[in-house]
Amino acid sequence: MKLSDVREILSAEVLTGEELLDKEVHSACGCDLMSDVLAFVKDRALLLTGLMNPQVIRTAEMMDIETVIFVRGKKPDEAIIGMAKMKDIIVMTTDYPLYIAAGMLYKAGLGNV
Amino acid sequence: MDNLKLHYDVNGDDFSVAGENSSKVKKMLKQLGFSPDVIRCVAIAMYEAEINMVIHANGGFIDVDISPERVKVELQDKGPGIPDIEKAMQEGYSTASNRVRELGFGAGMGLPNMKKYTDELNISTEIGKGTLVELIVNVK
Ligand SMILES: Nc1ncnc2c1ncn2[C@@H]1O[C@H](COP(=O)(O)OP(=O)(O)OP(=O)(O)O)[C@@H](O)[C@H]1O
Ligand SMILES: [Mg+2]
Repeated sequence: MKLSDVREILSAEVLTGEELLDKEVHSACGCDLMSDVLAFVKDRALLLTGLMNPQVIRTAEMMDIETVIFVRGKKPDEAIIGMAKMKDIIVMTTDYPLYIAAGMLYKAGLGNV
Repeated sequence: MDNLKLHYDVNGDDFSVAGENSSKVKKMLKQLGFSPDVIRCVAIAMYEAEINMVIHANGGFIDVDISPERVKVELQDKGPGIPDIEKAMQEGYSTASNRVRELGFGAGMGLPNMKKYTDELNISTEIGKGTLVELIVNVK
Protein backbone atom coordinates (compact mmCIF):
# COMPACT_ATOMS: atom_id res chain seq x y z
CA MET A 1 0.00 0.00 0.00
CA LYS A 2 0.98 3.64 -0.27
CA LEU A 3 2.10 5.69 2.68
CA SER A 4 -0.84 7.97 2.02
CA ASP A 5 -3.09 4.93 2.70
CA VAL A 6 -1.22 4.28 5.92
CA ARG A 7 -1.84 7.85 7.01
CA GLU A 8 -5.52 7.47 6.27
CA ILE A 9 -5.93 4.13 8.04
CA LEU A 10 -4.22 5.39 11.18
CA SER A 11 -5.67 8.93 10.99
CA ALA A 12 -2.05 9.91 11.38
CA GLU A 13 -0.53 13.36 11.35
CA VAL A 14 2.53 13.71 9.11
CA LEU A 15 5.33 15.60 10.87
CA THR A 16 7.88 15.45 8.09
CA GLY A 17 8.07 13.90 4.62
CA GLU A 18 4.62 14.99 3.41
CA GLU A 19 6.02 15.07 -0.15
CA LEU A 20 7.05 11.40 0.03
CA LEU A 21 3.64 9.84 0.75
CA ASP A 22 3.36 8.42 -2.77
CA LYS A 23 5.93 5.79 -1.83
CA GLU A 24 4.89 2.15 -1.50
CA VAL A 25 5.44 0.18 1.69
CA HIS A 26 5.41 -3.63 1.78
CA SER A 27 6.05 -4.57 5.37
CA ALA A 28 5.90 -3.19 8.87
CA CYS A 29 7.12 -3.88 12.35
CA GLY A 30 5.82 -2.72 15.71
CA CYS A 31 8.53 -2.52 18.32
CA ASP A 32 9.75 -0.47 21.28
CA LEU A 33 13.08 -2.22 21.44
CA MET A 34 15.67 -0.87 18.99
CA SER A 35 17.90 -3.88 19.76
CA ASP A 36 15.25 -6.11 18.20
CA VAL A 37 14.69 -3.81 15.25
CA LEU A 38 18.42 -4.00 14.50
CA ALA A 39 18.42 -7.77 14.84
CA PHE A 40 15.23 -8.80 13.07
CA VAL A 41 13.82 -6.23 10.67
CA LYS A 42 14.32 -6.56 6.94
CA ASP A 43 15.01 -3.34 5.12
CA ARG A 44 12.51 -0.79 3.87
CA ALA A 45 9.90 -1.76 6.43
CA LEU A 46 7.76 0.77 8.22
CA LEU A 47 8.38 1.10 11.95
CA LEU A 48 5.62 1.66 14.49
CA THR A 49 6.99 2.51 17.91
CA GLY A 50 6.14 3.97 21.29
CA LEU A 51 9.79 4.72 22.02
CA MET A 52 10.76 8.35 21.73
CA ASN A 53 14.39 9.35 21.40
CA PRO A 54 16.89 10.24 18.62
CA GLN A 55 18.11 6.64 18.43
CA VAL A 56 14.77 5.64 16.91
CA ILE A 57 15.57 7.80 13.87
CA ARG A 58 19.18 6.67 13.77
CA THR A 59 18.17 3.02 14.00
CA ALA A 60 15.73 3.60 11.15
CA GLU A 61 18.51 5.17 9.10
CA MET A 62 20.85 2.20 9.66
CA MET A 63 18.13 -0.28 8.72
CA ASP A 64 16.98 1.68 5.65
CA ILE A 65 13.60 2.10 7.29
CA GLU A 66 11.95 4.97 5.45
CA THR A 67 8.98 5.62 7.70
CA VAL A 68 8.62 5.92 11.47
CA ILE A 69 5.20 6.22 13.08
CA PHE A 70 4.99 7.17 16.74
CA VAL A 71 1.94 5.66 18.45
CA ARG A 72 -0.35 6.69 21.31
CA GLY A 73 -0.25 10.32 20.29
CA LYS A 74 3.42 10.75 21.07
CA LYS A 75 4.93 13.75 19.34
CA PRO A 76 8.68 14.00 18.86
CA ASP A 77 10.42 17.30 19.56
CA GLU A 78 11.86 19.57 16.87
CA ALA A 79 15.32 18.04 17.18
CA ILE A 80 14.03 14.58 16.35
CA ILE A 81 11.85 15.83 13.50
CA GLY A 82 14.76 17.88 12.09
CA MET A 83 17.04 14.88 12.23
CA ALA A 84 14.51 12.73 10.37
CA LYS A 85 14.06 15.41 7.76
CA MET A 86 17.81 15.53 7.09
CA LYS A 87 17.85 11.77 6.62
CA ASP A 88 14.75 11.76 4.37
CA ILE A 89 12.80 9.71 6.88
CA ILE A 90 9.06 10.20 6.97
CA VAL A 91 7.64 10.73 10.46
CA MET A 92 4.00 10.44 11.47
CA THR A 93 2.14 10.28 14.75
CA THR A 94 -1.10 8.44 15.46
CA ASP A 95 -3.34 8.43 18.52
CA TYR A 96 -3.82 4.65 18.35
CA PRO A 97 -1.75 2.46 20.68
CA LEU A 98 0.87 0.13 19.18
CA TYR A 99 -1.19 -3.06 19.20
CA ILE A 100 -4.23 -1.45 17.61
CA ALA A 101 -2.26 0.50 15.01
CA ALA A 102 -0.36 -2.64 13.99
CA GLY A 103 -3.61 -4.62 13.80
CA MET A 104 -5.27 -2.02 11.61
CA LEU A 105 -2.42 -2.04 9.09
CA TYR A 106 -2.22 -5.83 9.13
CA LYS A 107 -5.93 -6.15 8.51
CA ALA A 108 -5.63 -3.72 5.62
CA GLY A 109 -3.10 -6.06 4.01
CA LEU A 110 0.30 -4.82 5.10
CA GLY A 111 2.51 -7.85 5.78
CA ASN A 112 5.01 -8.36 8.53
CA VAL A 113 8.81 -8.34 8.32
CA MET B 1 45.45 3.76 -4.49
CA ASP B 2 45.83 4.33 -0.74
CA ASN B 3 43.09 3.20 1.58
CA LEU B 4 40.70 5.85 2.82
CA LYS B 5 41.09 6.33 6.56
CA LEU B 6 38.67 8.05 8.90
CA HIS B 7 38.99 8.80 12.59
CA TYR B 8 36.20 9.70 15.03
CA ASP B 9 36.01 10.48 18.73
CA VAL B 10 32.98 9.10 20.52
CA ASN B 11 31.58 11.03 23.44
CA GLY B 12 30.55 8.62 26.19
CA ASP B 13 28.26 11.04 28.02
CA ASP B 14 25.83 11.88 25.29
CA PHE B 15 23.52 9.06 24.32
CA SER B 16 21.53 11.32 22.01
CA VAL B 17 24.43 11.62 19.54
CA ALA B 18 25.52 7.98 19.80
CA GLY B 19 25.59 6.49 16.32
CA GLU B 20 26.22 9.74 14.45
CA ASN B 21 29.60 8.41 13.31
CA SER B 22 28.01 5.27 11.90
CA SER B 23 25.64 7.56 10.06
CA LYS B 24 28.59 9.49 8.58
CA VAL B 25 30.34 6.30 7.49
CA LYS B 26 27.16 5.00 5.92
CA LYS B 27 26.85 8.18 3.85
CA MET B 28 30.51 8.03 2.87
CA LEU B 29 30.23 4.41 1.66
CA LYS B 30 27.19 5.38 -0.37
CA GLN B 31 29.11 8.22 -2.01
CA LEU B 32 31.98 5.86 -2.75
CA GLY B 33 29.57 3.56 -4.58
CA PHE B 34 29.71 0.45 -2.39
CA SER B 35 26.85 -2.03 -2.87
CA PRO B 36 23.75 -1.62 -0.67
CA ASP B 37 24.50 -5.00 0.87
CA VAL B 38 28.01 -4.02 2.01
CA ILE B 39 26.75 -0.65 3.25
CA ARG B 40 24.01 -2.28 5.26
CA CYS B 41 26.37 -4.77 6.90
CA VAL B 42 28.88 -2.08 7.88
CA ALA B 43 26.19 0.33 9.07
CA ILE B 44 24.40 -2.14 11.34
CA ALA B 45 27.54 -3.70 12.81
CA MET B 46 29.25 -0.34 13.39
CA TYR B 47 26.13 1.21 14.90
CA GLU B 48 25.76 -1.69 17.37
CA ALA B 49 29.42 -1.33 18.33
CA GLU B 50 29.20 2.46 18.62
CA ILE B 51 26.13 2.19 20.86
CA ASN B 52 27.95 -0.39 23.01
CA MET B 53 30.86 2.02 23.41
CA VAL B 54 28.51 4.64 24.79
CA ILE B 55 26.25 2.50 26.97
CA HIS B 56 28.86 0.12 28.35
CA ALA B 57 32.21 1.85 28.09
CA ASN B 58 32.07 5.65 28.31
CA GLY B 59 33.06 6.33 24.71
CA GLY B 60 36.41 6.12 22.96
CA PHE B 61 37.54 6.40 19.37
CA ILE B 62 36.83 4.77 16.05
CA ASP B 63 39.13 4.19 13.07
CA VAL B 64 37.68 3.23 9.73
CA ASP B 65 39.86 1.87 6.94
CA ILE B 66 38.21 1.59 3.55
CA SER B 67 39.65 -0.21 0.54
CA PRO B 68 37.89 -1.50 -2.58
CA GLU B 69 38.16 -5.06 -1.19
CA ARG B 70 36.92 -4.55 2.34
CA VAL B 71 35.81 -2.13 5.05
CA LYS B 72 37.49 -2.40 8.44
CA VAL B 73 36.21 -0.62 11.55
CA GLU B 74 38.14 -0.53 14.82
CA LEU B 75 36.47 0.72 17.97
CA GLN B 76 38.67 1.30 20.99
CA ASP B 77 37.24 2.23 24.37
CA LYS B 78 38.60 2.79 27.86
CA GLY B 79 35.69 1.06 29.54
CA PRO B 80 35.56 -1.75 32.09
CA GLY B 81 36.36 -4.54 29.62
CA ILE B 82 34.32 -7.70 29.05
CA PRO B 83 34.93 -10.40 31.70
CA ASP B 84 33.53 -13.31 29.66
CA ILE B 85 33.41 -12.75 25.91
CA GLU B 86 31.79 -16.12 25.18
CA LYS B 87 28.92 -15.25 27.49
CA ALA B 88 28.64 -11.73 26.07
CA MET B 89 28.33 -13.20 22.58
CA GLN B 90 25.20 -15.15 23.54
CA GLU B 91 21.87 -13.80 22.36
CA GLY B 92 19.99 -12.27 25.26
CA TYR B 93 22.98 -11.75 27.55
CA SER B 94 23.12 -8.16 28.72
CA THR B 95 24.34 -6.21 31.71
CA ALA B 96 22.62 -3.02 30.56
CA SER B 97 21.04 -0.84 33.24
CA ASN B 98 17.34 -0.08 33.44
CA ARG B 99 18.05 3.40 32.12
CA VAL B 100 19.58 1.91 28.97
CA ARG B 101 16.63 -0.46 28.59
CA GLU B 102 14.22 2.45 28.80
CA LEU B 103 16.10 3.94 25.85
CA GLY B 104 15.29 0.87 23.76
CA PHE B 105 18.57 -1.03 24.07
CA GLY B 106 19.96 -3.78 26.26
CA ALA B 107 18.37 -6.89 24.77
CA GLY B 108 21.72 -8.61 24.43
CA MET B 109 21.46 -8.74 20.66
CA GLY B 110 24.27 -6.38 19.65
CA LEU B 111 27.31 -8.67 19.63
CA PRO B 112 25.47 -11.60 17.93
CA ASN B 113 24.21 -9.09 15.39
CA MET B 114 27.72 -7.77 14.73
CA LYS B 115 28.85 -11.35 14.15
CA LYS B 116 25.99 -11.93 11.74
CA TYR B 117 26.69 -8.86 9.62
CA THR B 118 30.48 -9.07 9.39
CA ASP B 119 32.98 -11.45 7.83
CA GLU B 120 35.27 -11.03 10.79
CA LEU B 121 34.64 -9.91 14.35
CA ASN B 122 37.65 -9.71 16.65
CA ILE B 123 37.38 -8.58 20.25
CA SER B 124 40.32 -8.02 22.55
CA THR B 125 39.54 -6.84 26.03
CA GLU B 126 41.34 -6.20 29.27
CA ILE B 127 39.47 -5.85 32.55
CA GLY B 128 39.68 -2.30 33.87
CA LYS B 129 41.50 -1.09 30.75
CA GLY B 130 39.12 -1.30 27.83
CA THR B 131 37.97 -3.16 24.77
CA LEU B 132 39.01 -3.17 21.13
CA VAL B 133 36.39 -4.35 18.66
CA GLU B 134 37.44 -4.96 15.07
CA LEU B 135 34.82 -5.44 12.37
CA ILE B 136 35.62 -6.47 8.81
CA VAL B 137 33.15 -6.61 5.94
CA ASN B 138 34.51 -7.99 2.67
CA VAL B 139 33.34 -6.75 -0.70
CA LYS B 140 32.23 -9.81 -2.62
N1 LIG C 1 32.54 -2.13 24.70
C1 LIG C 1 32.12 -2.84 25.76
N2 LIG C 1 32.67 -2.65 26.98
C2 LIG C 1 32.26 -3.35 28.05
N3 LIG C 1 31.30 -4.30 28.00
C3 LIG C 1 30.71 -4.53 26.81
C4 LIG C 1 31.08 -3.83 25.63
N4 LIG C 1 30.34 -4.30 24.61
C5 LIG C 1 29.56 -5.25 25.12
N5 LIG C 1 29.77 -5.41 26.46
C6 LIG C 1 29.13 -6.40 27.36
O1 LIG C 1 28.56 -7.44 26.58
C7 LIG C 1 27.14 -7.52 26.82
C8 LIG C 1 26.44 -7.93 25.54
O2 LIG C 1 26.57 -6.90 24.53
P1 LIG C 1 25.47 -6.79 23.39
O3 LIG C 1 25.80 -5.65 22.52
O4 LIG C 1 25.32 -8.13 22.75
O5 LIG C 1 24.14 -6.53 24.22
P2 LIG C 1 23.65 -5.17 24.91
O6 LIG C 1 24.46 -4.03 24.44
O7 LIG C 1 23.60 -5.39 26.38
O8 LIG C 1 22.16 -5.06 24.35
P3 LIG C 1 21.76 -4.64 22.84
O9 LIG C 1 23.00 -4.64 22.01
O10 LIG C 1 20.77 -5.66 22.40
O11 LIG C 1 21.15 -3.29 22.94
C9 LIG C 1 26.77 -6.15 27.33
O12 LIG C 1 25.58 -6.16 28.09
C10 LIG C 1 27.99 -5.79 28.16
O13 LIG C 1 27.96 -6.46 29.41
MG1 LIG D 1 24.76 -3.71 22.38
